[in-house]
This record gives sequence, C-alpha cells and structure tokens, in this order.
Amino acid sequence: MTFDALYYDMGRLDRLSYGDTFVHRLDPRVKVIATILFLFTVISFPKYEVVALAPFFLFPVLLITLGEIPALFIFRKVLLVSPFAILIGVFNPLLDDGIVAVIFGVPLSAGLLSFLSILLKFTLTVSAALLLIATTSFPGVCHALRRLGLPAIFVAQLLFLYRYLFVLMEEAMRIIRARDMRSFGTHGTDMKVFARLVGILLFRTVDRAERIYCAMLSRGFRGDIPSLRKYRIAAIDLAYLATTIIFLAVFRSFRVTEGIGHIAQELLR
Amino acid sequence: MHMADALLSPAIGTTLWAGTAAVSGYASMKLRERIDDRIIPLMGVLGAFIFAAQMINFTIPGTGSSGHLGGGMILAIILGPHAAFLVMASVLIVQALFFADGGLLALGCNIWNLGVYPCYLVYPLIYKPLAGNSRSSGRILFASVMGVVAALQLGAFSVVMETLLSGKSELPFGAFILLMQPIHLAIGVIEGLVTAAIINHVRNARPELLESTAASRPLEIAISLRRIMITFAVLAVITGGGLSWFASAHPDGLEWSIEKVYGKGELPEAEYGIASVLKGIQETTAFLPDYNLKSAGNKSKKAEGAPAWPSADAGTSAAGIIGAAIVLGLILLIGMGIRTFRGRNV
Repeated sequence: MTFDALYYDMGRLDRLSYGDTFVHRLDPRVKVIATILFLFTVISFPKYEVVALAPFFLFPVLLITLGEIPALFIFRKVLLVSPFAILIGVFNPLLDDGIVAVIFGVPLSAGLLSFLSILLKFTLTVSAALLLIATTSFPGVCHALRRLGLPAIFVAQLLFLYRYLFVLMEEAMRIIRARDMRSFGTHGTDMKVFARLVGILLFRTVDRAERIYCAMLSRGFRGDIPSLRKYRIAAIDLAYLATTIIFLAVFRSFRVTEGIGHIAQELLR
Repeated sequence: MHMADALLSPAIGTTLWAGTAAVSGYASMKLRERIDDRIIPLMGVLGAFIFAAQMINFTIPGTGSSGHLGGGMILAIILGPHAAFLVMASVLIVQALFFADGGLLALGCNIWNLGVYPCYLVYPLIYKPLAGNSRSSGRILFASVMGVVAALQLGAFSVVMETLLSGKSELPFGAFILLMQPIHLAIGVIEGLVTAAIINHVRNARPELLESTAASRPLEIAISLRRIMITFAVLAVITGGGLSWFASAHPDGLEWSIEKVYGKGELPEAEYGIASVLKGIQETTAFLPDYNLKSAGNKSKKAEGAPAWPSADAGTSAAGIIGAAIVLGLILLIGMGIRTFRGRNV
C-alpha cells in the first residue's frame, strides 16, 4: 500500500465516525464494553468450532447497516491484515489431518475445521474492532477509557497522539515527496539519508511538542483533557448493552445453527 | 509481528492483559511523580512521530527490499522507559483500532511483546550498560543493534509461546521457532542499524534531547522491574492457572462462569414466564436438548483423554452446514432489509 493510500484510508475510517446514526449516538462506554464482550465470546469457542460462529455475524452486519458503514470498505481492511492469521493457521490442515466427518462425500479433516474456525474468528474480531472506531470515533473511545478508569496521563497523551497523527503524517508525506522528486531509482533511499530524514522529522516533532505545551499552559492545562461533549448513559444505552449480552449468551450456549439445520432437514424430508 | 485475536485463547489473552495493565499502571504512577506536565504533549506527538516515521521507507543494503522503523527502542532512548512504554502502548492501540493490526484482545500480548521488552528489559539491562554515557557513535551502534535484536527475539519468542499456549494452531514448537526467530534476527539487525543512525544523528545535531533522559538515570529500575515481574508472575499464575484449570475441566469458559454464579453447570430453570415457554418450545421441537450446556460438558469430559476432535457424525455435520448457510443467509437478509427500508425512508 502506498503512503497516500494508507493516509487517506485512515482518514476515511476516521470520517465514518462523524456519522449521526442510532449506533453513533450510543454512549462510547457501552459500545466499548459490548465490543469487548463480543470478542471474548467469539474467542471462547473451542478450536474446532465452525458452525456455531455463524450467528455472530449478525453483530457486525447490524453495526454496518444501522451505522451506515460501507461494508466493502470494512471487508477490504479485514483482508488487508489477514496474512498473519492465515500464515499461522494454514499449517493446521497439513498437520492435523484426522478425518472427522464426511459431508456430501467430501472428507473433512480436523485441521481444516480448526483453520476455518481461525478464519471466521479472525473476520469477526477484526471487523468488530474496526466497527468500534467507525461508529464511536477515537476521541470517543478515549473518553470511554478515561471514564472506565484508565490513568489520566495515559488517555491525555493518547488523545495527543491521535490529534497529531494526521499532522505528522502529512509532514512525512511532504518529506517523502521531496525525497522522491530529488532521487532517481533507489538513489537517495538508503539508510543514511533515511536516518537524517527521520532525525529532521524528530526535531520538528519535539519543537512542535514544546509549542503545544506552551499553548496548553496559556489555556489553563492541568494534566487532564476535559471533553466538551457530555456523555450520559441513558436507557437506550442500557437496552443496547442488555440486548448484546442476551444475544451473546443465547448463541454461545445453544447450538442454534445446527438446530436450524435439523429443522430444515426435517422439513425437506 | 502482531499477535491476532483469532489465534488467542481467552485465558492467554486475559493473562497478558492483566500483566500489561499492571505495567501501564506502574508506568503512569512513575510519570505522575514528575510534576512536569511537559512530557504529556511530547509523548503524544512522539507517538504520532513513530507512525509518520514508519511510513518513510528505505532500501535495505544488498537486498533491494525496503524496510521501515519499528520504534520501541528509539522511544526508550529518547523518553526513558516509563514514558516510552506508554507511548508504545498508545501506538499499538491506534494500530489495533485503525489498521486492525492484531486485535483488541491480542492488544495485551502485543503491548507486552513490543512494549515491555524494549522499555523495561532491554533498555535498562542491555542498552544502558552497553552504551553508557559514552560519546562514541560506535558504542551506540553496538548497543542499539544488540538491544533491538534482543527485544525482537524476546517478542518473537513470546508470539510463539502465546500462540502455542492458546492451542489454536497446530504448528509444532520447533518449526514455529525456526520460522520466527531467524526472520526477526534479520529484522532486528536492520532496525538496530537504523536506530543507531538516528540516535547518532540526534546526538550530533541536538544532544540536549538525549541528555535529559540520560541525566535522570534511575537505578531503581532494576528493583522496580523485579516488583513488576513478581506482580506479573502472581497475576499470571492466578489468571492463567485458574483459567486453565477450568479450561481443562470444562472447555467451555461460559459454562464455568455460569456454574460459579449459580452453583451448577446449568442456568436455573425458571418454571414460569418466558423461560418456561421457551423450554416448552424447545422440548416440542426437540432439536436442542442434545446440544445444551450440560451434555456439552459431559461430552468433553469423556473426550478428555483422547485428542479433542469433535465426535465424527456425518448427520450432525451436515445439519451444521445447512444451519450455517441458513443463518448467514438470514443475517444477510436482515442487513439488506434494513438498508432498503432505510433507503425508502430517506
């Protein structure tokens, strides 16, 4: 992925969080807790579980539709980071080749099941994390974390990181562009030039931090960054959380997918 | 290399989260002791700097492929271990949320692998003694390469251990180690060279940036490190031991937690209200009893000695596949239904 694409891609995820839908209006704390519960439930399935994971796709699908998030964009981002999970999981079918089932004449090995399970869990967990940001916004998540008890200093610098991420990325973008215009082929992209470029970027960064600090002091900074927006947990937030918990508990404890399959088989017979 | 949620078991994820949370609390506490707020914007902006610097690529000599900066070590050298650790944690949080690198549950592992090792182990125990307060660029080069290599080796080894202990991957220990360690040795050498080049450049142009951390040289790091390690070991034993105990007795963590709350493996059966209605439906349709919590527990206890393959039953598997197809179809329909319904409303 080229630099510009990466930059604009990130900006796009950020802009999605400006939306004003039912999901976006929910309290960030509730969304953070719901997402973490969802992740735990998905991960808690045993290693060969495949079909019971199917109902859990309802969670990301509902967030995508109710939050008006472009599904393809999320899917593309999931694909982009999949290599590591695939790399580690792809050995399962080769190493764990006991046949556990024959379905429609096709033998199914245990390793294939566990690999499929890894892939499904990967898709579910990664899309849940992306959707949290796309529907909550990074500052929203930060304030939720602060209210949930993370140290003030940690949250404050996390907010700073986010605020200056785009500024510094643009600066890096200008540096790269200037370098690329002056260099031909691989000339000028060696480590020596790189170290100096990064050094310059570092100096500018430190100077910027100094200026920011002065500006903050003159505005009365005392170690905590207050939020203008007041977050309040309303009945609707609790209802959302309760629904999520019931949904997770039901689909975790009952094998609904196979049940539906049995019914369908009965009906077809 | 980022750990991913899908390869992780809840027990390992929670353990590493607990360890990471303990270290984060400790680091925040240490920073609060410095009355100076100046460090807050500096940390935040340096975190953003790591991102920006990672986007600038360079050509690795001799290979023609390109590399980029990792970050943990350089932050530790500039900011000192406590601040560097928190910045590294923040960088990984942003990566997990925006780039979906790793995941939220794996975040504990990732912060541990990429934050704790360079900041709290390698920096005080390897980089500092090797580099000393010397002004020779050769020593800084040597210390940086050794430090980054050590940090990455520890990190890679941890990824292997976390994956294997989670039991989701079938990779044998030896092969996995052989896959991960040499790759990270090469990456470590390159990153060490780059780190040294940047630090030397900074030392020449703006030495005061490095001197501020070099001056505040707390010897207590070694002591407090031991305290952290003890805290973490205790936490690991409690969560890991406790969790893996019930994980082996009942593969189903949810069942265990229900058991803890209600004193038995099943939810208490309400004989009134919606629960009894549902139970009635369940009994009449009679497809669920075989799959309820209790029988799942029994089945797994039976299979404990044997390899944990699910019982081979073509009928069940076919039902599973048909069911999955129907469920996914329904979910898709719900999604598309909401979308078209909304489109009409607008």
